[in-house]
This record gives sequence, structure tokens and C-alpha cells, in this order.
Amino acid sequence: MKAAHKKALFDPLFNDNPIAAQVLGICSALAVTTKLETSVVMSLAVIAVMALSNLSISVIRNWIPPSIRIIVQLTIIASLVIVTDQILQAFVFDISKQLSVFVGLIITNCIVMGRAEAFAMQNPPVDSFLDGIGNGLGYSLILLIVGFFRELLGAGKLYGYSVMPLVTEGGWYQPNGLMVLAPGAFFLIGILIWVLRNYKPELREN
Amino acid sequence: MKQYSNAYIIGFAAGVCLVCSIVVATSAVVLKERQDRNKVLDRQKKVLIVAGLMEEGQTITADEVQQIFDDNIRIQAIDLETGDFDSDIDTVTYDQRKATKDPALSRVAPKNRAGIKRVPLKVLIYERVAGDEIELLILPIEGKGLWSTLYGFLALAPDTTTIEGLTFYEHGETPGLGGEIDNPRWKALWKGRSAYDAEGKPAITVIKGAAGPAEDDPFRVDGLSGSTLTGRGVSDLVQFWLSDDGFAPFLAKFRAERSAT
Repeated sequence: MKAAHKKALFDPLFNDNPIAAQVLGICSALAVTTKLETSVVMSLAVIAVMALSNLSISVIRNWIPPSIRIIVQLTIIASLVIVTDQILQAFVFDISKQLSVFVGLIITNCIVMGRAEAFAMQNPPVDSFLDGIGNGLGYSLILLIVGFFRELLGAGKLYGYSVMPLVTEGGWYQPNGLMVLAPGAFFLIGILIWVLRNYKPELREN
Repeated sequence: MKQYSNAYIIGFAAGVCLVCSIVVATSAVVLKERQDRNKVLDRQKKVLIVAGLMEEGQTITADEVQQIFDDNIRIQAIDLETGDFDSDIDTVTYDQRKATKDPALSRVAPKNRAGIKRVPLKVLIYERVAGDEIELLILPIEGKGLWSTLYGFLALAPDTTTIEGLTFYEHGETPGLGGEIDNPRWKALWKGRSAYDAEGKPAITVIKGAAGPAEDDPFRVDGLSGSTLTGRGVSDLVQFWLSDDGFAPFLAKFRAERSAT
């Protein structure tokens, strides 16, 4: 694998993570991470949308008139999101019901537009495709970590399986209600950003 | 920077729109059948859950759902206004949602607080049966919550007033707030409460705050914090469907028939 490709794919995981380093795409990260299962499906949806939008925008980048480039990007992203939503409704109906509006809101996810404008408009298709997957993975990484802790601490479960039996069901674990609500995700993401910036001081703003 | 002519820009935009619309339309058409099947299955599952034949979150295959459904549930079409059974309706193909929008198959709803504009003339109800004995009446209900129309089922015991369950299979309320109407613990609060008061008026209400246990406080259900308006919507729509404009004529006939036999 060429170095540029590797960089496009793996940089967004830690060095330039879209959520933790660029603080983009927070709203959906708060909304869908109450459970690991929805986090996983949302991650896959975002990776698919980002990879394909970056790819298709990169393919036509030399023909896009600059005056309408943003609206062209949005049209392509919106179409891909609708297709993704349709596929989820057809194949994983229960999960698509839980994700409800948040699949549709991938359209407004700043990461997708951000990468289309900042990367796919200037780089060849293969690099852009990998950049899309990489940024999708970076987003997914945070989603999965947050989802893991929120489901474990908030419901005593992991992927729907009971890990710590709840007091209400005769066990010993008193679930932390904060984790089920959006503020719980704020705290977790805050902690993650702090950990990452401590570990990589070059990410700190002056 | 390269200059583009207006004609090129408009042409390019049209091209992008064309390609995108073809992609979107194709996916919608190709996947429609599967999505519709999922919706039917989902509704059957909800009927089974409200009928107490299936646990919430239990994973069973589509075939098993169909099997349990066919064995225990009987679908009946009723005329909403008179409360009589209507055997002319094909319960398999009848689409109540579509009928509600069709001026020939529905009527304008009387003024109500539940945001219901039209009611269908014929309604499908579900009965949980064991042999010939009817154990449970499952009535479809719908109405406005805060943001969206809620579609669900209300299960009544054969005395037509004891509530056995309430569940919504489709809504667009805020997840975590109004969306908590899906919470099994909240839904369990409905069981054992009374739909009608002693005078036969719809009485069950979602209140703000906590209600007592079902025996002491039979007409009130706990509100959900952060979703007062959704709760109000649920009260209004349940009361609408229990009223004379909803299922009251059918339930009266059902009671009369039962006491006759």
C-alpha cells in the first residue's frame, strides 16, 4: 500500500480523528450511542456514505463548476443517505426504527461534507475513497467506545446481552441513568478528547 | 480558475440531479416489497406482544411469528359506526391506512383533541382466541403525539374495560423523551387499569407525575418526564378511540352479545 493511501486511511483514526481532534459530527454521536448495536449500524452507514460520496465526488471533481460545488456535493450525499436508509429499512428493520431520524441526519453530518470539500475535491478517486473509509472509521471508533460504555454503565448490557445483572431484575448493578441520556455521551466524548490530547500534545490548540 | 458558461452549469446540475434521482428511485422501488413485508411483520409482532404471546425484544423468526399469529389471533373487520362485524372485507388485503385517506372508505372525523382528521368506515380488530373463547380484544388506535402520528394497539379484556396492554408500533417522537412510550416499563403501567369509569365514559388519562398502583388509581397512568405533550396526545387518542366515535358501539354490542350467551 502506498504511503499516501495509508495516511489517508489511518490518519483519521488517531492523529486526525474527526470527532476527537476536529470535534465534528458530535450530534449523531450523542444520539445513537445509547446501545452498541445502534452504534455499529450507524458506523457502517456513515462509513458507506462517506466512502461512496468521496469516491463519486472525486470522480467528477474536474467537471464540477466551482460556483455550484457545495450543492452538487449535498445532492450526491443526500442521495446516498436516502439509499442507505432504504437498505436499512429493508434489511435491518428493527435497528432502522431505533436509529429513526439519525440515518437521515447523516446528510448534515459535518464530517461527510467536510471531507468532500476538503479532500475529495482535490484528490484522485482511490485516495478519496480511502480517506472516506478512514474518516468513517475514525468516527466509528469513537461511536463504538462511547456506545460500549453507555450500554455497559447505563443498562448493564453489552450488545443486548446482560453483563451486569440489574437491581430491578434481581441482580446487583444499579444502572447509571445519566449514561442513557445525551449528557452521558458528552462526558464520555469529553474524556476521550482529553485522553487523546494528553497522549498527542500536538493536537492541542494554542 | 476555469470559467464555466451558465449553460454548462445548468446542464451539469440537471445531469447530477437526473443521475441521483434515478439511483434514489431505483433503490426505493427495488426494496419496497421487502420493506412492506417488514412493516407487516412488525405489526404482527406488535399484536403478539400486546396480546402477551411474545416478549418484547425476543428474537423469533418471521415464520414463527406467522405461525403464532395464525394459531392465536383472529382478525375481524368491523363497521366503526354501527359496531357490527363486516364479513365482506378481505382482512388480508384490506389496507386501513390507505382506506383512512380514501374519501369513499372513510369519513371526516368529528372534532377531537387527538388530531384525527379522518376515520375509516371499516376497521380491522384482532382477537386473541383459545378455541372459540375470546380472551383479548386488540384495537388499533392512532392519533397525534407531539411531532408525529402514533399508531398502536390497545388490548382490552373481554369485560371491555380492563386494559391488558398498550403498544405503539410506529411513531416519530423524540427518542429518549416522547419516544419513551416504547419503554416496556412504562407500557407495563397500563396493565390492569380501567378504560371506562363507572358511568361508561372513557376515563383513562396519562397524568403529569406518578399515579398509584392499578387497584387504587385505575384511571390514571404515570406521565413520562420530558414528554408532557406526547403523554397528552396519548390520553387524547386513547380516549377518542374509546368514545362513541371510536370503538364504543362495537364494545357495547360485544358486551351485550356476551351477556346474552
